[in-house]
Amino acid sequence: MISKDQVAHVASLARLSFNDAELNQFTDQLDQIIEMEDELSQVDTTGVKPTTQITDEINVFREDVPVDDGISRDDLLKNVPETKDGLIKVPSIIDKGEADA
Amino acid sequence: MNFETTIGLEVHVELKTKTKMFSPSPVTYGAESNTSTNVIDFGFPGVLPTVNHEAYRLGIMVALALHADVTKYTHFDRKNYFYPDNPKAYQITQSEQPLARNGWIEIEVDGKKKKIGIEELHVEEDAGKNTHGDDGYSYVDLNRQGTPLIEIVSKPDISSPDEAYAYLEQLRKTIQFTGASDVKMEEGSMRVDTNISIRPIGTDKLGVKAELKNLNSFNHVRLGLAFEEKRQSEILLAGGQVRPETRRFDEPSGETILMRVKEGSDDYRYFPEPDLPAFEVEDAWIKEIKDAIPEMPDKRRKRYIDQLGIPEYDAGVLTLTKEMSDFFQDTIEHDADPKLASNWLMGEVSAYLNANKLDLLETKLTPENLATMIKLIQDGTISSKIAKKVFQETIKNGTEPKTWVEEKGLVQESDPAVLTPIITGILDANEQSIIDFKNGKDRAVGFLVGQIMKQTHGQANPKVVNQILMGELNKR
Repeated sequence: MISKDQVAHVASLARLSFNDAELNQFTDQLDQIIEMEDELSQVDTTGVKPTTQITDEINVFREDVPVDDGISRDDLLKNVPETKDGLIKVPSIIDKGEADA
Repeated sequence: MNFETTIGLEVHVELKTKTKMFSPSPVTYGAESNTSTNVIDFGFPGVLPTVNHEAYRLGIMVALALHADVTKYTHFDRKNYFYPDNPKAYQITQSEQPLARNGWIEIEVDGKKKKIGIEELHVEEDAGKNTHGDDGYSYVDLNRQGTPLIEIVSKPDISSPDEAYAYLEQLRKTIQFTGASDVKMEEGSMRVDTNISIRPIGTDKLGVKAELKNLNSFNHVRLGLAFEEKRQSEILLAGGQVRPETRRFDEPSGETILMRVKEGSDDYRYFPEPDLPAFEVEDAWIKEIKDAIPEMPDKRRKRYIDQLGIPEYDAGVLTLTKEMSDFFQDTIEHDADPKLASNWLMGEVSAYLNANKLDLLETKLTPENLATMIKLIQDGTISSKIAKKVFQETIKNGTEPKTWVEEKGLVQESDPAVLTPIITGILDANEQSIIDFKNGKDRAVGFLVGQIMKQTHGQANPKVVNQILMGELNKR
């Protein structure tokens, strides 16, 4: 069972805000999804390696050579709502402790 | 009540690559804002990351230099968080299967050696840079976004601020010698976060820890930790409890200041990165990287002392950076006397670098020119006084010393056939000095040598002058 509080927490992590009716609705829906996924946990996976990706590719590297894709800074900044001197202008950042590299 | 301290260190190091960890944008320092970026760094929809081979190679190299076990099967994970310095809202890192585990380095504090364990090392990408304007807005530059980083997490083996300092010094030096990073705190290519807790001696359970951020130098780390030891013990002695909090070091007061109290654990919702394939690190590759690691500082130091007869302290100074040590090595390979080369590097060269705030490789001095100059001093071609002139010329302009000395007529005059007539001439003109000398006044000799030097424009070889002068004086 997933609780309403857990759903509210996940929503806040995703920067989403829901009213009470929406929270109830998503709690119900997520609960059903998790219930369905719980069925999968009944499969015996002893000795099965965890799947971390679905292609069978392995050791794909890129050589360390700079590539200019021809897209200028001005073009890259076209999707930025506000800029100043080539910088991206954003609302003042208050350190919430999430900027840990 | 007495307490024991437990310190953990998380060190981020920028790897020295031409391109970013997951995109082929160039890695630059000081470029115009947002110019070293592309669609991947901007997190545009539909773009795909690719792993920089060189970054992974350098990561393994650092891991091996720190005696860690490289993980054979690895993959990348997503760490999810919202922050404007990272437009795609997650960082690609390694969480489940880090690059390497179980490393160690040896430190020495007050003559006591101690092994400090390294829990794990992982490669990841750096975030962009935020600047906070005074106009109520913040400004983001994504040039740094995606720069390859390696994060090194220590085991809780460090038990004093001095040990933390020694650990950082040794870590910096070791990584610097691999050439994988510049490891410069002042340029941000090395960043340090630390946590500290104390507990009554003899108890098993670790105390509540405080995290320290905003540490701009190793010394700040040491001072911040020392302040925390005191602050936390005062709280416990007064019957209080340490809160889990993040604090920053405030340089002017030397104190740590509360940034925020930590509530609950961080919730980054890690999951395997679906856009990148998995990795199986081949043993042959590890061996190849291991063979390519340059000789480490402790080994070089020992070799300088044992084989070259360099004093212990000097050998330590020569192996502080790879640049200095390599330069020294090159200089003696150009047949310079090791002790003289060491003296010049530690003396005149270091003084010049300090006075001009330069790194050794930013000057025009070459090992070959330094070696030539040292040989010119040794074979008596130039005096040590003239050598200082030659040194200034060659370090400033990269001038070849031998040709320059000849062109400028700075070659020392050592030929008795040339010097004797000059000396006898001066004796003839200074009868009183000869009388003074005969009466035991040593000052007379100094005066005569001064006169000779004046007449030869300082180019007479003092040793030869002295010999001839004494011979001539005794004849009279």
